Amino acid sequence: MMAMKLELAKNSSVLTVRIRQKLIEMAVPLLFLVLCGIGAYFAQLSPVFLINEIIMRMARNPLLVLALIIPVVAGMGMNFAITLGAMAGQIGLIIITHYEINGITGLLVAALIATPFAVLFGYLTGKLLNRAKGKEMITSMIFGFFANYVWQLFFLAFVGSIIPMRNEKLILSTGVGLRNTIDLAGIRQSLDNLLKIQVVQGLSIPVSTLLVVALFCVLITFFMKTKLGQDIRAVGQNMEIARISGIDVDRVRIYAIIISTVLAAWGQLIWLQNIGTLNTYGSHVQVGLFAVAALLIGGASVTKATIWQVLLGTFLFHTLFIISPVAGRNLVGDAQIGEFFRVFVAYGVIAVALLLHAWQKYASTKKL
Amino acid sequence: MKERLTAAMDKIGLPRLIIGLFLIVFCVGAAILKLPMSMLLSDMLVRFGMNAVLVLAMIPAIRAGTGLNFGLPLGVICGLIGAVVAIEYKFSGLTSFLVALGVSIPLAVLTGYLYGLLLNRIKGQEMVVGTYVGFSIVSGMCIFWLLAPFHNPEMVWAYGGTGLRNTITLESSFDKILNNFLAFNIGQVQIPTGLLLFFAFLCLLLWFFSRSKSGMAMHVAGSNPRFAQSCGINVNKMRILGTVLSTVLAAVGILVYNQSYGFLSLYNGPLMMAFPAAAAILIGGASLRRATIGHVIIGTFLFQSVLVVASPLFNVIVEGSFSEIFRGIISNGVILYALTTGREE
Amino acid sequence: MALLEFKNISKFYYGNQVLKNVSLTVHKGEIHGLVGENGAGKSTLMNILFGMPVIHLTGGYEGQIILEGVPVSFRSPAEAMAAGIGMVHQEFMLIPGFNVAENIKLNRENTRANLVSRILGPKLRTIDVRKNRADARRALDRLGMALDETVPVGGLPVGHMQFIEIAREIDKENSKVVVFDEPTAVLTESEAEQFLKAAQKLAAGGMGVLFISHRLDEIIKICDRITVLRDGEVVASLSRSEASVEKLAELMVGRKISRLTVAEKKSGSQKPILELINFSVDMPGERVEDLSLKIYEGEILGIGGLAGHGKIGIANGIMGLCPARGTVLKNGKQLPLGNPMRMLNEGMAFVSEDRRGVGLLTDESIELNIVVAAMQSQNRFLKRPLPFFTLEDRAAIREHALKMIRELDIRCLGPQQTVRSLSGGNQQKVCIARAITLSPDILFVSEPTRGIDIGAKRIVLDLLLKLNREMGVTVVMTSSELAELRAICNRIAIVYKGRLAGILEPTASDLDFGLMMAGEYEQRGAAQA
Repeated sequence: MMAMKLELAKNSSVLTVRIRQKLIEMAVPLLFLVLCGIGAYFAQLSPVFLINEIIMRMARNPLLVLALIIPVVAGMGMNFAITLGAMAGQIGLIIITHYEINGITGLLVAALIATPFAVLFGYLTGKLLNRAKGKEMITSMIFGFFANYVWQLFFLAFVGSIIPMRNEKLILSTGVGLRNTIDLAGIRQSLDNLLKIQVVQGLSIPVSTLLVVALFCVLITFFMKTKLGQDIRAVGQNMEIARISGIDVDRVRIYAIIISTVLAAWGQLIWLQNIGTLNTYGSHVQVGLFAVAALLIGGASVTKATIWQVLLGTFLFHTLFIISPVAGRNLVGDAQIGEFFRVFVAYGVIAVALLLHAWQKYASTKKL
Repeated sequence: MKERLTAAMDKIGLPRLIIGLFLIVFCVGAAILKLPMSMLLSDMLVRFGMNAVLVLAMIPAIRAGTGLNFGLPLGVICGLIGAVVAIEYKFSGLTSFLVALGVSIPLAVLTGYLYGLLLNRIKGQEMVVGTYVGFSIVSGMCIFWLLAPFHNPEMVWAYGGTGLRNTITLESSFDKILNNFLAFNIGQVQIPTGLLLFFAFLCLLLWFFSRSKSGMAMHVAGSNPRFAQSCGINVNKMRILGTVLSTVLAAVGILVYNQSYGFLSLYNGPLMMAFPAAAAILIGGASLRRATIGHVIIGTFLFQSVLVVASPLFNVIVEGSFSEIFRGIISNGVILYALTTGREE
Repeated sequence: MALLEFKNISKFYYGNQVLKNVSLTVHKGEIHGLVGENGAGKSTLMNILFGMPVIHLTGGYEGQIILEGVPVSFRSPAEAMAAGIGMVHQEFMLIPGFNVAENIKLNRENTRANLVSRILGPKLRTIDVRKNRADARRALDRLGMALDETVPVGGLPVGHMQFIEIAREIDKENSKVVVFDEPTAVLTESEAEQFLKAAQKLAAGGMGVLFISHRLDEIIKICDRITVLRDGEVVASLSRSEASVEKLAELMVGRKISRLTVAEKKSGSQKPILELINFSVDMPGERVEDLSLKIYEGEILGIGGLAGHGKIGIANGIMGLCPARGTVLKNGKQLPLGNPMRMLNEGMAFVSEDRRGVGLLTDESIELNIVVAAMQSQNRFLKRPLPFFTLEDRAAIREHALKMIRELDIRCLGPQQTVRSLSGGNQQKVCIARAITLSPDILFVSEPTRGIDIGAKRIVLDLLLKLNREMGVTVVMTSSELAELRAICNRIAIVYKGRLAGILEPTASDLDFGLMMAGEYEQRGAAQA
């Protein structure tokens, strides 16, 4: 009798612990859900417009966020250096625009050109991060900044001078350097329009792009079940044990970063074909920041991330993105406040997530 | 021979060597192109003085064992608040500078204390967390600048808009208050005596501090926390002390910077402030665990001088403004080098 | 035919010979026991077998290892494992987030080909989860473990983890030799029982087992042959019938250096200067549990015991460097725990066992190292130019440092030399100088001679003796080297499993020391007495 009671009490406490754990896990997404609700109430946007915007973003953004998952599983934290992947994608776009390869063919050629660049950039990033174990995130972030300046150097100073290139549409009037914005008319929404369903006026669903996103979700799930995926998980859990078991830790980590960078390159292509213009010196800058923020808002942490968190996070973050400037204008009469608010949210959520993670890590080492 | 060479390289440090070579090459280039040397020299001195205090702010953080202080924008914001308050109440001249210091220093002490408490809970991850705490506070403060109840027409948007302007001129308050103090010319080169004296004064204070009981304790706590503990030193307290000092120096540093620049830049102005400062001290030969006043002086001088010479040189050779790109590549490259070659651990 | 043979293995670390012509043979189906004190050379021998990097980095080894008649020399643990040599580690090589089956099959997973892998290579083959689980199940069944192979390892009791590691070795198809390093140290009595059965099963299946343990009764129970190492030499190789716990204990300890007979002084007073009551310390790997001990004024007390049994934890706990519970009385007055500053001010000083980690600021000058503790805790070596401002007193620091360098004969270029560039013995002297600068009445010294050469050892011991005799400092010396404890201590306390096993006179027999350290003194030693 006593034993049974004890057993029962134990079970119920296990249950409450489990519920509490689940709640803690879901705390961040729930908070943002509430924020989105409040924002939507004040923004007073028409439902059709809002839904259309959300669907569009759910098609063009998740791949960039998906790119972050594998480095997280590999124990390397948030790969802020997916900026380099975005750059690889843009190189592809610049080249197809130069040669005027249009339509979906153009997009595929761009992807084909971008891939080797992404592999190379990923390899370099991986090499670098292997030299900074335990400091991967700060290193990937600084490397992203560094690469951005190299990008500027290359496309602002070298193109047209050291690298001969003549194209009035692309090059500045001085003959050196790329223009600030490049019109991607040739491939604009070429993927979106491949299969698009118009539901009502002002609400259309880019089925083809959504299918591509779904395909990549499936591919990543599949990948995590392969030998390499298992090695990545092992390395992410404990590098030392993985090494002693004969796994080439450094190589596995480089693979993880290469995959991440390639996915980011393709993700940037999907994003830019939807936007339709390339901001030569700006499009890639915030990619890492916004992707990381979206993933964290979805409830992921620096050590654990799933595909569902990618999708949920993209949804919440971009809903907030659409709503906050409008809500800000309606509330304070200044759209800029909403603008500031969403940047604050992006940085703030990363700061808090990193803080909580570092805190837990420190607490657990102290307990030992 | 080869060993000797690498040993010498180790001693000088690759960043210092490369930037030093750059400086020499650029100076030769400037001489060939007959750029006005006196102007460059004046610029070098001013740029050195205006940046040096912000670089100095890295020392207490590194010494206390929290690494490069990427949370520097926190202190910078305290300094900006001080300046804005001084302008709002229409102080002018030296008084306005002192008021700005008087407001920002206590604020920086409090901020640094809270930030130090936070850093004590995340040992080992100070740099990445600090960066994003800095970023988020800066972007949160954007909302503050927009909504804060300031009225002085010099600072708020002239027509229509709300909130403070992006850049605020210091003409009526403390523009060049230090630069012009006892300034004199040697030939064509202007010496910003007050600016350099002020920096020297802060160096002296820091030097005295490093030889005091607390200064020694902080240094010991930073170089070997377990040793410090066994000597009865409260390591966490020392880390907080280092963070407070660093934040205060950042606040003072941005005021020194602004008085020389002549403007305040609010909103995203402080966002990236930490990186050039970190780069400068690394160029000077510091590591993530070791930094001296000498490193600050050498590093700031080399880094700023190279930028000063590079900018007109680039303008002559190529179109467009490449000094910004050059600066970005150097500062991020140097930080990357330090992160990926750390001998520690 | 011999399965595994070590032939005349010798190894030097920085000029110190740690293995001398060690030969040892393991046969198929045999369990071979390897015993020896800490530092006898067991781990070095295993490091050589597994080709650990530390061996290659320090200039390799002499002699030959022969596996199934073929000479081998592994460059890395992975190579050794590929050749069929497995190890069950003292610290578990298990990934907590993986389940039991995943851990057993770690990096040896069964995979299936798929479309992608046919194009992009075998790295992308799909993991065959079902087959992996079946393999794991089979291995566990062979061990008689009912453990569910799909639960994560993270929450399992320590005992089970051991079995998962063994199951991994069983599952390897080409396993020939398995090394167990102190496998039962973390197990409960019944788990240990089960483990020993499992080891016997392995041997019965035709593998060779190399079994390293401090539990002599276990060794005798299951080993077919037993090799005893002492100071890097094989001192005996016995069959099971020849061995007894007493004999092994005596062989292990041996007598190394004779007592330093400096005007023998019985600790006159019986007044306890420090008393520990039910004292527990939470030091990882060196836990102290419920230990009670009296330290008398003016004596040199030795604390001995095997590694991992908690002797190191005692001083660290008292000095507040590790979390501790219980009562500490100094001259009858209770002291608060976890407060290093208070302990320093109560006249206690500590020379840490971790010289480079805790004992020294390696990149700073000798003089700073010597004075910093006194400066921080006792406000010495400071001057006050302004009422609210203190500065280091460089003249006083220099004077004191020069005095210490002279008195302790620290061989250096001057007080400003960084301690990193000093030899181990001189670094230790700097540590001691720092401790005596505090003018303590109790000095804790842990592993004072670890990692320093023979000549310097003698000097350090002489120094401790001098401090005790001439300055009246009570010394508590913790050491893994029984010989040096016996050389200068008045009494020697032996710690076993975190508790006090007993206190012996330095002149007590090797047998008593051996038995006490193996935790068998009460059963056997008492009977003999």
